Amino acid sequence: MTLFADYDEIIERISVNQLWDFPGGVHPPQQKALSNQSNIETLPLDKTFYVPIKQHIGVDGRIIVSEGDSILKGQALTASEAPFSVPVHAPTSGIVKKVTEHVSAHPSGIPELSIIIDADGQDTWIPLKPVADYAKTGKSELIERICDAGISGMGGAGFPTHIKSNNTKPLEFLIINGIECEPYISSDDRLMREHAWQIRQGIDILVHILQPRQVIIAVEDNKPEALETMSIACQQKTNYQVVSVPTKYPAGGEKQLVQVLTSREVPSDGLPIDVGCIMYNVGTCYAIADAIVEGKPLIERVVTLTGKGFKSPKNVWARLGTPIQTLLKHGDYDDSTQSSPRFIMGGPMMGFTVTSLLTPIVKISNCILVPADNELPHPDDERACIRCSACSDACPASLLPQQLFWYSKSKELEKAEEYNLFDCIECGACAYVCPSEIPLVHYYRQAKADIRNQREEKERSDKAKIRFEARKARLQKEKEEREEKHRIAAEARKASLNKDGGAAKDKIAAALARAKAKKEALAKKQTQNDALGAPAPESDKTEVASIDEVSTESASSQTSAKTTNETEQAKPVLKSTANESSDITAEEDAEAKAAAKKKRVAAAVAKAKAKKLAAKQIKKENNES
Amino acid sequence: MTMLSLSSSPHHHNRRDTGQVMRLVCYAAIPGILTNVWFFGFGILVQAAIAIVTALVTEGVIMELRKKKTERILKDYSAVLAALLLAISIPPLAPWWVIVIGTFFAIAIVKQLYGGLGYNMFNPAMAAYVMLLISFPVQMTSWLPPLSIAEQSHTLWDAIHTIFTGFTSTGFSVEQLKVGVDGATMATPLDAVKTALLQGYTVTEAQEHIIFDGQYGKGWFWVATAYLAGGLFLIKTKVINWHIPGSMLAAAALLSFVLFLLDGDQYASPLFHIFNGSLVLGAFFIATDPVSASTTIKGRLIFGAAIGFWVIIIRNWGGYPDAIAFAVLIMNMTVPLIDYYTQPRTYGHQSKARKSS
Repeated sequence: MTLFADYDEIIERISVNQLWDFPGGVHPPQQKALSNQSNIETLPLDKTFYVPIKQHIGVDGRIIVSEGDSILKGQALTASEAPFSVPVHAPTSGIVKKVTEHVSAHPSGIPELSIIIDADGQDTWIPLKPVADYAKTGKSELIERICDAGISGMGGAGFPTHIKSNNTKPLEFLIINGIECEPYISSDDRLMREHAWQIRQGIDILVHILQPRQVIIAVEDNKPEALETMSIACQQKTNYQVVSVPTKYPAGGEKQLVQVLTSREVPSDGLPIDVGCIMYNVGTCYAIADAIVEGKPLIERVVTLTGKGFKSPKNVWARLGTPIQTLLKHGDYDDSTQSSPRFIMGGPMMGFTVTSLLTPIVKISNCILVPADNELPHPDDERACIRCSACSDACPASLLPQQLFWYSKSKELEKAEEYNLFDCIECGACAYVCPSEIPLVHYYRQAKADIRNQREEKERSDKAKIRFEARKARLQKEKEEREEKHRIAAEARKASLNKDGGAAKDKIAAALARAKAKKEALAKKQTQNDALGAPAPESDKTEVASIDEVSTESASSQTSAKTTNETEQAKPVLKSTANESSDITAEEDAEAKAAAKKKRVAAAVAKAKAKKLAAKQIKKENNES
Repeated sequence: MTMLSLSSSPHHHNRRDTGQVMRLVCYAAIPGILTNVWFFGFGILVQAAIAIVTALVTEGVIMELRKKKTERILKDYSAVLAALLLAISIPPLAPWWVIVIGTFFAIAIVKQLYGGLGYNMFNPAMAAYVMLLISFPVQMTSWLPPLSIAEQSHTLWDAIHTIFTGFTSTGFSVEQLKVGVDGATMATPLDAVKTALLQGYTVTEAQEHIIFDGQYGKGWFWVATAYLAGGLFLIKTKVINWHIPGSMLAAAALLSFVLFLLDGDQYASPLFHIFNGSLVLGAFFIATDPVSASTTIKGRLIFGAAIGFWVIIIRNWGGYPDAIAFAVLIMNMTVPLIDYYTQPRTYGHQSKARKSS
């Protein structure tokens, strides 16, 4: 059983215009009439354009022009090499002046790589290659054309259109979004009024690619002219329905519109296609038609110039890359209306203030709003939250903004996530109604950024941990391998020892015998010295010590520990007499012997010297006595 | 280059700020207050004046001590509203120091010690009311009979005099003012019924007391109706939602109706309960205090209904004739729990029921 309405029920309700509703929402004053009264104008050609190489969600394309290149209007400046990448194109003909960082069309204004173009004033197109008959062209070729034309969603999010169009799941509803629920903005409104037919062509192409069961073109009921032109443009198509949606912000949000039209909810971690829907903005449809039918890449869009800061608010066709100062000039910006200059890119609900007048128009820039001081007053200091819950009543996602605020402010990020912070679409309805003027969305953005940072950090530290663990394991393995090698070597040695074990035993026996001999010799000497009445043992001790040293060294390169000990015990004795020691040298490991020989010679010399010295001393003593 | 001014979206706001919300609630209480003055004399106005002054001074001093923007915070009118609600809840001729202590307690202890506006767990006016009721039971239960049946009428000057000295300008004490035509001490309708029931009378017999106009206490019906009108205005202007007052009145009516059906002699009718005492005032003006009430829709319904039930339970079996303050405080304590378990289902998240289907 599903709680969602099925296809037939949806079709039936749409046909009698009985839609569903989404919870919350607000009704800010519309102000669309400021700008929607006249036809879209075309801006005079600018001298300089600033084209950011990335104007959509995804990854940058590779720059394929270099400084000083002559380029033609519509020429691709970047190449799409990754799936989530679309190219950008030259807005006019001219010369690539520079490829450098330029202020971005982003709330942060953070500089991003842009191609700066000097227009030559000729505005010469590259040769255009329209598709002769899209109906006879394969789906994949059309999608490739859409990608090559640089089309990404023009409603606001900027999702690459070719990715969305490459759908393989069953599609019930192709939804065309002409809601434009932000107050003030009228670019889609004017586009629908003036270019309904081309939008319809774009829809036809999408239908050819996607094969939906039904097409719904949704327009808010505050745009009756647009509703009418779209209805006329689509009247021959039986499976196209133009639907009037009650005006409520944010009805144009993708999730909200899906809910209004179908009662279905896009899963939190999913996409509209998971509930059988795909949505395109009307501007995107227009651009698709341009790309396929005319062969033109996306190099311009409609931008609303509005707000009481403009003497003549209007809609204009603006080339992508046009700095907003040009648009201000064209709309007759009146700086006496603003005590401090404030320019908003986008609408009053979700737009952002720009940091520079050189901020360029990009694919998602639908509006430049210049409010007079008394029109949209600067925000006051926030007051304490009184938990009035006006925000949760306004939230279209059924969140509890007051709780999210509490947890975001106190940095209890886990709690904020638990209260579904990431389902916030940042529509601003909550902050709009907040009587304490708390910039709620701002807090959520910060909390989201903090959480993302934490996740990235965690990812990094997890990776580091994995690397560390791997290194530890590798070292451990190497150690084990080394030990194993040693063990095998030791076993081999033992085995070889056992093989000629007789010889070794003989050696030991011989060594023992020699030790005995040495002892006897020592005893003899002792008696001799005793007889002489001198403290002789000193010299002998030196001798034994030096021999010890030698033998240890030779022993270290010897076989097993046991043998070593035995030889060690044996050797001091061996070396007491030169003849015997040479005998042993022959028997024993020749290599070690050779190394030890020198020392032994030295020891012998020392021994001789000591003996001499001792003898001298004895003599002296004797003489004295 | 010129510095551009930056701000965060939305750049648009609707223009009703906290101060306006609080003021609207104050305005909505005016019909009720005026009706009260009409039936019970000027005491309530004097109390309100003392309470508001005390509240502003207390809040101002604390704001200075906390080094906050005093003026801006005083302008949010939350202190004024709390003072007003307390003033209209206590007997109109209670001595001045009662309302001063109560207001100070409400602002300094219940509100500011918890962190100021937005952070208090309890409804300041109701917490102060309960504190006063426990500390000064005599002064807090010296309700006056309606002027229409009172032996001694009193003027505004009398009210001021009585509140500050304990005697009217002509020398009557509050006790004397309270004595009714039959020489017995006058009580509120709720009191009268409770006492009569204890003495073995039925509810119907109790309502033959002079204080009653049929089912309702003289004057009390109109005061309650005036607050009801103010409350509906608040709902209409979207200052409050209907959920809390609606569920509170519905629950009180339902429980009292069931009891009334079971034994009409022992338990008063739902209409009696709604239009006597401060149930209507409580439902629209007190339980709806946003700071200490539940914030989710389901939570508000539960919160309101529970208060309604508590009121009827305490009125029938508890030690106090009226019970709004106790019921509200009890439910204030449960708000975090209620809010936690009544979170709405976020868009795109499956409810448990849907998951299993």
